[in-house]
Amino acid sequence: MVLGALFGALLGALINLNGNGHYIHWGFIQISVANLTVILLMILVFVLAILIPFPKRKEGDRK
Amino acid sequence: MSAERAKRRRFNPDRDVREWKGAYVPYDIVKEGFIAFLAVAVLMVLLAVVFSSPDEPAITLKRWSIADPVDFAQTAITELDGTSATATYGPPYNSTPDSSQHIGFFEPEQWFGVHQPVDTAQDFVIGPLRTLPHQPATQAALNVYLAAPAAQQNAWTTAYEKAVANATEVGGRLHVPAGRYGPVGVIIGSLTDMAQTGGLDGTLLSEGGFYNTNYTKPLLFLADGSYLANKANAEHLAGDQWGMMNETGNYPGQAWLWLYTMWYQVAPMNTSSNGDLEVWVIMMVLSLGLIFLPFIPLLRSIPRWTHVYRLIWRRHYRELASA
Amino acid sequence: MTDIPIGAATGSDEDAVTADQWTARIRRRAEAAFPPKQLLPDRQPAFMASWIYVFGVLTLVSVAWVIITGCILAIMGPTWWHVSSIGHFVNSLHLWSVESFFFFMVIHLWGKFFMAAWRGNRRLTWATGVVSFLVSVAAAFTGYLTQQNFDSQWISTQAKDGINSTGAGAFWNVLNFGQMLMWHIVLLPIGVTFIAGMHILLVRRRGIVPPFDVHPKKGEQAAEAATTAEAA
Repeated sequence: MVLGALFGALLGALINLNGNGHYIHWGFIQISVANLTVILLMILVFVLAILIPFPKRKEGDRK
Repeated sequence: MSAERAKRRRFNPDRDVREWKGAYVPYDIVKEGFIAFLAVAVLMVLLAVVFSSPDEPAITLKRWSIADPVDFAQTAITELDGTSATATYGPPYNSTPDSSQHIGFFEPEQWFGVHQPVDTAQDFVIGPLRTLPHQPATQAALNVYLAAPAAQQNAWTTAYEKAVANATEVGGRLHVPAGRYGPVGVIIGSLTDMAQTGGLDGTLLSEGGFYNTNYTKPLLFLADGSYLANKANAEHLAGDQWGMMNETGNYPGQAWLWLYTMWYQVAPMNTSSNGDLEVWVIMMVLSLGLIFLPFIPLLRSIPRWTHVYRLIWRRHYRELASA
Repeated sequence: MTDIPIGAATGSDEDAVTADQWTARIRRRAEAAFPPKQLLPDRQPAFMASWIYVFGVLTLVSVAWVIITGCILAIMGPTWWHVSSIGHFVNSLHLWSVESFFFFMVIHLWGKFFMAAWRGNRRLTWATGVVSFLVSVAAAFTGYLTQQNFDSQWISTQAKDGINSTGAGAFWNVLNFGQMLMWHIVLLPIGVTFIAGMHILLVRRRGIVPPFDVHPKKGEQAAEAATTAEAA
């Protein structure tokens, strides 16, 4: 029964994104907070991917 | 390209490259792929557990006609008299003259023609009502209407349209002010009743056969009314709200459609009756531009000018400098 | 004649007997284009030292998850996710794997753009990448069309105007659930897989693009510096 309740909780949403959407109006642009978040996250991840150092190989690895 | 031509061509740093003759380091791409597979699985499960996914139930003709019988009747009369958006759409549904979108002589909608035929009067009103058994008043009204000359039918439908503009809903039932609209009042009233029982949903779908999976007719009927559009507007899904990018509620939608929907917000596409075709042509040109970017001077130089590559390959440049 | 066991090494005399076969010719061309160590290399150039390089494989595994979750949805049919909480969870996995797919693919595109990854006869690699993106948009679109909920109703009745204006609506009917579902689960996944497969094979064939020269040599001829397809 406990497992069932846990599974049931997992199958539902912890954060309910249904309901009225939130939108930002900027000039002629209208964008949802959700989409803006995704786009900003993409830019952030891109910048981090370029800036974060990649692990160095051991000296003996080069051939 | 011939070897001689290749020799004659100057080195262009935005097109050509000195192939790598330097060091190689061990790299396990299968292990990398496996780790990525697990990482994305974890990400996906987390997002699904935390946010789930939206599923707003479909609108039925039954739900529409119960929630707003006035809008339903106002739409139904335009289907009967052939003035609805679907009835006047043109190809691929019917042959309404001068209805296709075009840019100059370019009119592909007209060229491809009618291949999804819809006769709104027959398919949305008369046909469904003819399937009703034990409805002598409805059948009689249909017989009178169909036997009358076109001018008389037009007079009745025009009069009904004027009257139904002031229609009200009384206890969920349609109430249309009296007028000289002959049998049309009974016809539209019966259709509204049929929709409210759920019979119209099933009949419109099964016109294509018992196992039909083609929802063209019920969807076109729904889209001709205001109920579906009002709900979409409330959810910020309309075309002039950048709706193509959006999802119901607070879910992220299709952010990758940002450029496609942007053109619908700007002149002249936002007010043009050929806006859809204009936007498609723009997007086809831009898509081809992206595919053929390596051939386009100036654009293909942007990576070299912006120097982002110096960050990406900074370790390589550092090693070169110290060598 | 002695039977030759399958897989046995044969001498050059035996190869000469079958050399003109379509089978032998195709095998030789495939081996020349993709030697095993090039198809599955265990080394990469030393300049490959940035996290931006992982976004290609992240895109690939995301589409693998899109297909896996799609297959689970297919096992139970298109209505399952509306009536079952497990089905709804699998649908959520499918949605978020699609969001991840586009998230990683666009970052991959940005990275490849800023690397000018089309250089050195890699234009077809770039082109197949862009076409993969476009076909994926179409595949996602048919997915949204076939949800069988309010969202599908709205998207289909709006999109029909765009599609109809091109004339394609005469035979590609976005209001036809059956047709759109079959495009979504059969034709477009085959298209995405084929084009993405070509893209990946091209990356293996040409190798990843080397860095820009910081100090390019003036007046250098292209043939002296670049390796063309024939040499690759």
